[in-house]
Amino acid sequence: MADMSVAHTAGASKAGRFIIYGLLALVCLYYLMPLFVMLSTSLKSLDEIRAGNLLSLPGGFRTDAWVKAWDSACTGVQCEGLKGFFWNSVSFVVPAVVISTMIGAFNGYALTMYRFRGSDLVFGMLMIGCFIPFQVVLLPMAQTLGAMGIANSTVGLVFVHVVYGAAFTTLFFRNYYVTIPDELVKAAKIDGAGFLRIFFSIILPLSVPIIVVSVIWQFTQVWNDFLFGVVFSSGDRQPITVALNNLVNTSTGVKEYNVDMAAAIIAALPTLLVYIVAGKYFVRGLTAGAVKG
Amino acid sequence: MNATVLSSTTAPAARPARRCRWCDTLDAWLPKLVLAPTFVCSLVFVYGYILWTAVLSLTPSRLLPNYEFAGVAQYEALFENERWWQALSNLAVFGGGFIFICLAVGLLLAVLLDQKIRAEGFIRSIYLYPMALSFIVTGTAWKWILNPEFGVEKLVHDWGFTDFRFDWLIDPEMSIYTVIVAAVWQSSGFVMALFLAGLRGIDDSIIKAAQVDGAPMPTIYRRIIIPSLRPVFFSSFMILAHIAVKSFDLVMALTNGGPGFSSDLPATFMYSFAFTRNQIGLGAASAMMMLMIVVAVVVPFMYSEMRRSRHG
Repeated sequence: MADMSVAHTAGASKAGRFIIYGLLALVCLYYLMPLFVMLSTSLKSLDEIRAGNLLSLPGGFRTDAWVKAWDSACTGVQCEGLKGFFWNSVSFVVPAVVISTMIGAFNGYALTMYRFRGSDLVFGMLMIGCFIPFQVVLLPMAQTLGAMGIANSTVGLVFVHVVYGAAFTTLFFRNYYVTIPDELVKAAKIDGAGFLRIFFSIILPLSVPIIVVSVIWQFTQVWNDFLFGVVFSSGDRQPITVALNNLVNTSTGVKEYNVDMAAAIIAALPTLLVYIVAGKYFVRGLTAGAVKG
Repeated sequence: MNATVLSSTTAPAARPARRCRWCDTLDAWLPKLVLAPTFVCSLVFVYGYILWTAVLSLTPSRLLPNYEFAGVAQYEALFENERWWQALSNLAVFGGGFIFICLAVGLLLAVLLDQKIRAEGFIRSIYLYPMALSFIVTGTAWKWILNPEFGVEKLVHDWGFTDFRFDWLIDPEMSIYTVIVAAVWQSSGFVMALFLAGLRGIDDSIIKAAQVDGAPMPTIYRRIIIPSLRPVFFSSFMILAHIAVKSFDLVMALTNGGPGFSSDLPATFMYSFAFTRNQIGLGAASAMMMLMIVVAVVVPFMYSEMRRSRHG
């Protein structure tokens, strides 16, 4: 494919190359535009917003909108900014990511290295959990969380995200372990190593890339979740995505677009940073989850 | 590397427990024991809950579940509900537009990026970063960009076209299209990545042969390359259809279903009836309908996927 492109471009005119690069650059601008607009709006004063337009630059570097979004903007009845909700999200995202990744690793290992009768059936059954629209489990889950006394709590959200995230993490690890040669495990079995020993001393050291993929994928999913957050939590227990939506839709007094935009960037920052640092793995997770290995 | 890993398992530190027969049995059961919790969770929280929702959809439940049998009354009510029909037709408009544009844009960008582009990795990561954002953030950003007072309309006015009007966000006829605009922005880069991976996987000997025969590049693309991307089209379609049916956050943040309920989708309909309007039975019925839509889209995909892996 690459060779073909070379042969093609060698024959193509310079103008053709120019058009391709021009198009690609224009599309880059299109994808970057919302981020630019968010950032520049968040740095403007309300007067500047009214006087200027989407693409006009802020007159100075004012951070009051950011401070307000973090500290004192109203998200419904209370006006304490996003800070509490940010830490809410951190407090359930971290355990949910760690636990679901661990479960996925064990499941993937058991499903590939220790196939038993019906293991493919079990895998297929778990996979369906990736495809259902979650609306179909919301009502029973709300009842259950209430009955268990963990409705509107960190534990409840961790529980929900682990239960419905484990299918994805299992998929990642299973597809990764399928590529590890069987001989490795067979040899260790002959040497007398057991299930757990093989896992911890052979499989786990080989799993670093897929652990990274799983952690990043789960982090992005759970941090960005809105549906579970809005249904299973309320008041000051809500995750940041729900708080952001409340902040933007709170209609008291003058609409402060600069605060809205600062708040949106604050909510997006953790996953954006992860993407900038480890984008390669993020893309791998996306395509692994999508085309199943 | 493998050698060192293996030798560590043959080290004399091997568990002394290996000597007992009981441990062998335990070891044989461990894989199943490890899988058991997930298996049970899936059985209860996926399959059991689907059944539970199905039961709820056959009851007259309103604020609280009430397990009297009401037959298909909720489904009848659902299909007499104008708002539900609006949500379904919006799903068709949104799903169709979103899927088609994402596929077209994704394919075009992938083909352009496959021309030995310098800084390809950098450009690719710009196209893909929206996928890392929450739909709520995307919705908030586009709500501001499409703002009829200060957004694109004002920008174009400032450029001198003062009679330009762009108020889709508050126009009931057009509001669902704003959801398409934002959703395409978020997801098209992902489709591009899928297509690019597909392009890189094509066996170039066929393409070389065609070139030797003197076929021009556009013909090669039309006749050889794009047809061989069929599986990528198929899986992208499934994924996008799945995203479309599940779309909830984006609508909540961008239009909140409005103006009126002109941009409602089944997911926002379900949320609104089940959790804010205290109509659990009707909410459950709409959730079951959503499941059926997904099944209708995903089952053919799963089936072909399984058939392919069995042959492969």
